[in-house]
Amino acid sequence: MKRWLPFVLFIVLVGFFAKGLFLNPREVPSPFIGRAAPAFTLPLVGDANASFSPADMKGRVWILNIWAPWCVSCRQEHGFLMQLTQSGRIPIVGLNWKDKAREAEALLARTGSPYVAVPEDLDGRVGIDYGVTGTPETFIIDQAGIVRLKHIGPIGPDVWQTKFEPKLKELGA
Amino acid sequence: MKSGRIKPVLLAFLLAITLPALANEAAPKTALPNAEDPVIEQRLINLAEDLRCLVCQNESLAGSKAELAEDLRREIREQMKAGKDDREVIAYLTERYGDFVLYRPPFKPVTYLLWLGPLLFLGIGGGAWVVTLRRRRAVQDIPVDEKKLAAAAQLLEEK
Repeated sequence: MKRWLPFVLFIVLVGFFAKGLFLNPREVPSPFIGRAAPAFTLPLVGDANASFSPADMKGRVWILNIWAPWCVSCRQEHGFLMQLTQSGRIPIVGLNWKDKAREAEALLARTGSPYVAVPEDLDGRVGIDYGVTGTPETFIIDQAGIVRLKHIGPIGPDVWQTKFEPKLKELGA
Repeated sequence: MKSGRIKPVLLAFLLAITLPALANEAAPKTALPNAEDPVIEQRLINLAEDLRCLVCQNESLAGSKAELAEDLRREIREQMKAGKDDREVIAYLTERYGDFVLYRPPFKPVTYLLWLGPLLFLGIGGGAWVVTLRRRRAVQDIPVDEKKLAAAAQLLEEK
């Protein structure tokens, strides 16, 4: 028995390493879960006189999708977001992050917009307030304005079914 | 003296592959240029050296050229100008990005194992060492047969 101890310890160590190897370092634990979504007021893309603020969504469960026209994986999830909006499942707000070239309006006109509102975060400050490290990042925000879920990376049917749907059901949306 | 000729070549090769790395190390930190206020810039660099750039995660916030790192340096710079101390700036960042931005994780319940782990392992190793030593001594303390000892002494004397 005693002879096997080093081998057992070795296997345990290998187990830890294997787990570490398959962790995604991009999945930084978000300190926002369970906290109020940071407030902001930003002008809308295409209509600088109108503005959006998270307070406008009080009483509803909604999705904040942080994206940018220059972001390739945002295009990847665009089709799925369109489907979601067409199904009327949940309102999606698309924060246009650091779109210095101001391409969002033309892009959305061409590809269609899955968003109920597209606030424009030109200098990226609101993004920083939401702890954004790269687009796309997506939050579920509940009726009381509390962040309930954060997802880093594009959303597709798989992620939606396994991560978003259970959380939305839990929130009664 | 063939080997004497090869050595300079080898040396040149080694220099060629190692010097760029050294040069990179000595290059001014990205935070330094366009410094309006050298004092704040120095504070920024000191602070940002210990912070992680969240885009290129193994780079410090001071040295990273990622756009987000630039934005974060801008935020830190502005907060420092507004008179906030280092602690407040760090609180601002951890509020948004979590303890992950800190290269020196804080000492709190989730990190107890991280900080105290080495001591724990030292304790385990030390314990194992003491136990092994005790056992070895126990082996040495086996009572010796007096007659056999006398016989051995006799044999040695005969020589």
